Amino acid sequence: MEKKTKRRDFLFTATYAVGAVGAGAVIWPMIDQMNPDASVKALASTEVDVSAVNPGKTITVLWRGKPVFIRRRTPEEIAEAKSVKLEDLKHPEKDEDRAKNPEWLVMLGVCTHLGCVPLDQKGDYNGWFCPCHGSHYDTSGRIRKGPAPTNMEIPEYKFVDANTIKIG
Amino acid sequence: MSEHEYTPKSKVGKWFNDRLPLLTLANHLTDYPTPKNLNYWWTFGGILTFCLITQIVTGLVLAMHYIAHADMAFQSVEHIMRDVNYGWLIRYIHANGASMFFLAVYIHIFRSLFYGSYKSPREVIWIIGIIIYLLMMAAAFLGYVLPWGQMSFWGATVITNLFSAIPLVGEGIVTWLWGGYSVDNPTLTRFFTLHYLIPFLILGLVVLHIWALHVPGNNNPIGIDIKKPSKDTVPFHPYIVIKDGFALLMFMIVFAFFVFYTPNILGHADNYIEANPLVTPAHIVPEWYLLPFYAILRSVPDKLLGVIAMLSAILILAALPWLDTSKIRSAVFRPLYKQFYWILVADVLILGYVGAMPAEGLYLLIARIATAYYFLHFLVILPVLGFKERTTPVPLSITEPILGGSPNLAAVKKKDSFKDQ
Repeated sequence: MEKKTKRRDFLFTATYAVGAVGAGAVIWPMIDQMNPDASVKALASTEVDVSAVNPGKTITVLWRGKPVFIRRRTPEEIAEAKSVKLEDLKHPEKDEDRAKNPEWLVMLGVCTHLGCVPLDQKGDYNGWFCPCHGSHYDTSGRIRKGPAPTNMEIPEYKFVDANTIKIG
Repeated sequence: MSEHEYTPKSKVGKWFNDRLPLLTLANHLTDYPTPKNLNYWWTFGGILTFCLITQIVTGLVLAMHYIAHADMAFQSVEHIMRDVNYGWLIRYIHANGASMFFLAVYIHIFRSLFYGSYKSPREVIWIIGIIIYLLMMAAAFLGYVLPWGQMSFWGATVITNLFSAIPLVGEGIVTWLWGGYSVDNPTLTRFFTLHYLIPFLILGLVVLHIWALHVPGNNNPIGIDIKKPSKDTVPFHPYIVIKDGFALLMFMIVFAFFVFYTPNILGHADNYIEANPLVTPAHIVPEWYLLPFYAILRSVPDKLLGVIAMLSAILILAALPWLDTSKIRSAVFRPLYKQFYWILVADVLILGYVGAMPAEGLYLLIARIATAYYFLHFLVILPVLGFKERTTPVPLSITEPILGGSPNLAAVKKKDSFKDQ
């Protein structure tokens, strides 16, 4: 009698396990279909001609549906960004690590709070200011004041030649 | 519910009813004993049913003309406004209908708060109601994205980004919600699908809400248990039907005023600019009915904690039947609760006001105080008040204050036995 029950328990457990795997195999495609599809992923990189950008000017380009700020910084801005002490930063990052070529700051123009596009040359730190919930960024795009948790993101990019930046 | 079994008079009716008791259900709904002292605050259940049906019907019609594609959605909405016969009317009813729906639901919720309708034995009705309210907010948000204007786009961006506050998996969830790396066409098509789905989920929950209501029966302005049916009750039809109908007419006058005279006053002009992923409008504000929660979100300086505070502000309502420790339901007999109730109403209105203002300076300070008070009300004041408050005597029945005695003999006996002691 006892032996019989055990055999049945095993069959139940095995059935549940196979059933769970089957259910998971059916549910996963239903969930994963919402992730970025092949056509969205195909638009992963873009090349930008920056020859017309003078110091103190920013251009905004669209990459993966998001704005990317490309700013040619003035010597004062670079000096200001470099002079900040790391311990004063909410999200400590050196300016050298954010702008490999200090004259060019290339970053996602997306506030790390809730995704609005910050305004250029505004705010308390002469960098960017997000109008949605009042985050202030400095000339290196680092968060200085307000609800955003991190600095504006630096995308992967490289200079293809002196005047062309490839993002992504 | 009723003690007598219902038998249809006609032979055909009886034949059908034995196989599917729809006539028994209809009989239950018409005879349903209702407290005879229900006031006009009780008419908003019927008004809300009307709102839901209005949204579903106008929504179905709009879906015949709307095109859910990032390149065409904005144009198709203008096409509805300008070319489709009566398209302007149907869209304005749908857009203002959402506001009217929330207006009614807020009155309905605050009615429940005043008269203690969420208390035992009506906790399940209340919780189903909170789920409906959450789904309403989801449906309203998703619907607001569909015209693909600037507010649509940036509202969608901000709200979906709330999920990025979740540690580790947040970014993955946001990408999954978007179906890309930003709000774009895949986001729009799935939002349309879900916006179409949710009203039917709400409809199902409304059936459960009413079903759960018909088990204990309605609460009433004096919040006592009544005997049903008795001198304290009237049948739902015609008494409540007529009263609900009259209130609905009054409500429709307000509704029609918005639709015909100021159809855009509750919206934002920015939403008549097509979505532009490169420019955020200078001042992003959600629709008026979400403002109190938006104020709570912004009043917390930390991203994750802000999101948690906002969600808790809604979810705390589900725990209300257990947070309110008072056995007395109606605020009529709770002199202190009555005052705190009106302070809460003021607090929520203040939150709504500062939610529409820029989050800085004095506004931010007020938002923080009001947020703190909101949680204080539910987490401290209500539990303590139930023990400390000296309530006034509750009548035994609805008729007792006028006629003396009670149709509920058990209650009279109980009172007499108190006198003897």
